[in-house]
Amino acid sequence: MSASLGDRVQVTGDREDRMSNVVSASAPRHSDANRQDRIILENVSKFYGEVLGVNRVNLSIPPGVTGLVGPNGSGKTTLMNLMTGLIHPTEGRVSVLGISPTRPEELFRRVGYCAQFDSFPKGVTGFSFIYNTLRLHGLDDREAVRLSQEALERVGMTEPALRKVAGYSKGMRQRIRLAQAIAHHPTVLVLDEPLNGLDPMARAESLELFQALGKQGLHVVISSHILHEVDKMSDQVILMSSGYVVAEGQIHTVRTEVKEHPMQILIRCSDPNLLASRVFAQDHVVEAKLIDDGKGVLVRTRDADAFYLLLNQLVVKEKLSLETVAPADDDVNSVYQYLIGSENKTI
Amino acid sequence: MTRLARLRTTLAEQPWELWTRQIAAVLRMDLRKNFLSRRGIWIYLLAFAPVVIITLHAIIDRHSGSMREDTEVLAGIFQFFYLRLGIFFGCLGIFTWLFRGEIIEKSLHYYFLAPVKREVLLLGKFVGGLVTSVTLFGLGVFASFAMMYLRFGDAGQYYIFNGPGMGQLLAYLGVTVLACIGYGSVFLALSLLFKNPVIPAILVLGWETFTPVLPSLVQRFSITYYLKQRN
Repeated sequence: MSASLGDRVQVTGDREDRMSNVVSASAPRHSDANRQDRIILENVSKFYGEVLGVNRVNLSIPPGVTGLVGPNGSGKTTLMNLMTGLIHPTEGRVSVLGISPTRPEELFRRVGYCAQFDSFPKGVTGFSFIYNTLRLHGLDDREAVRLSQEALERVGMTEPALRKVAGYSKGMRQRIRLAQAIAHHPTVLVLDEPLNGLDPMARAESLELFQALGKQGLHVVISSHILHEVDKMSDQVILMSSGYVVAEGQIHTVRTEVKEHPMQILIRCSDPNLLASRVFAQDHVVEAKLIDDGKGVLVRTRDADAFYLLLNQLVVKEKLSLETVAPADDDVNSVYQYLIGSENKTI
Repeated sequence: MTRLARLRTTLAEQPWELWTRQIAAVLRMDLRKNFLSRRGIWIYLLAFAPVVIITLHAIIDRHSGSMREDTEVLAGIFQFFYLRLGIFFGCLGIFTWLFRGEIIEKSLHYYFLAPVKREVLLLGKFVGGLVTSVTLFGLGVFASFAMMYLRFGDAGQYYIFNGPGMGQLLAYLGVTVLACIGYGSVFLALSLLFKNPVIPAILVLGWETFTPVLPSLVQRFSITYYLKQRN
């Protein structure tokens, strides 16, 4: 099994199969060059006594924005803590851009981690919180001040920076932690629920920032409960459940691989009745339903490629005029519901 | 290449300048916490309680007692209060809180998210605790000494600057520094090994109290034994 996100996808039939498939896969071999620009987890397991954190995880995360999705207790934070060396695996190996997390003095020159803990050293101001961390990096006063101000500006916290963190709102504390994580210009950014407590404006700005960082070639690993936002910002996703990686890859490809749930495609056209009757005759079409306004058809098909081919033929043959053709369940939310949702009603 | 030459090369290759800057950064953060936190008030009390008592004694009993008597009283205060109680409990409070405090306040991970070697962090924290304890108890001992002899006027000044006074003061301060290093190391180690370091600290206190009556070989395993050698 190759386990590279973005290059491939790993999903199978029912949950037990999916898990056994993922866990039974042998750990992939990675070349040195490959290690240098990827976050690699090889056969990684973490147990807290008898409690499972994550089990036999194999991942190779390329640059870009990677969304980590799963219900509470699925192992997202454990995975992030493993990547950043805050905890060590019971079994297996972790490597971040070729650096072992057991060498924090090297790792954190290139990694920024915004953890979920909403706690700060006593009495710090927003500015001194970031400044102190930069001094711990070994930077001199001038450079630490410059980078602190730059980070505060990026998260929109320049104005309250000299106030004590204890007086900040939850959203402000979240942003100041984010500023601390990005202040030293890391190549890898690990963000545990970074959108929690942010108002809609700050959320939008943060999403924009993450996407911009991803486009710059950074590894941005983000866990979030808000699926449509993960969908919007992620280049690839990792779906986790009960300590296992259930699916991974680009969301569209992951969706295509979920064979047991036919793809839903919404088509708005000039003659929906005709289209519905024509497509329903096909074996791979499970359902063709006229939508409420009568101007479109919702098709459920087991073979999206065959359906698109058929649609092209019908357009030519029946002189249909198409307004919209869009996948209706080709997003993180749907994939999540199909793969995990039935077992975990809430996330 | 000889072993010594290899060691020299290895030492020369280490990023000493970076480590020094990182220790200074840890120190700056910790000193502020150690000196300015409300939690540390009782350590101030421990360090300066004898100063208050000696000052009151100097004001109330201005014309009683001899310098010889007071020198013995000061020696007693140093031996039995500072060494056995003040510095012991002061260091217990300061050094066990260096990491435990961060764990309780859930802020230790911020140190772990910086590119700092764990050894450098440990050293930075230890130096922070040492500077705090030496400053507080050194000042306490110094102020006790000054208040004890100040009331004797010219005779007191002569005793300090032309008699054995200065040597005595330096010896007290030297032993204070050594006591802070000794107790500080033990308590820092205990705080890293035990979730609640108070119970092993009580055992250390018992050990330090009773070793003087044990055989001389066993006495060597106590901090007080070495401090007495210096005193």
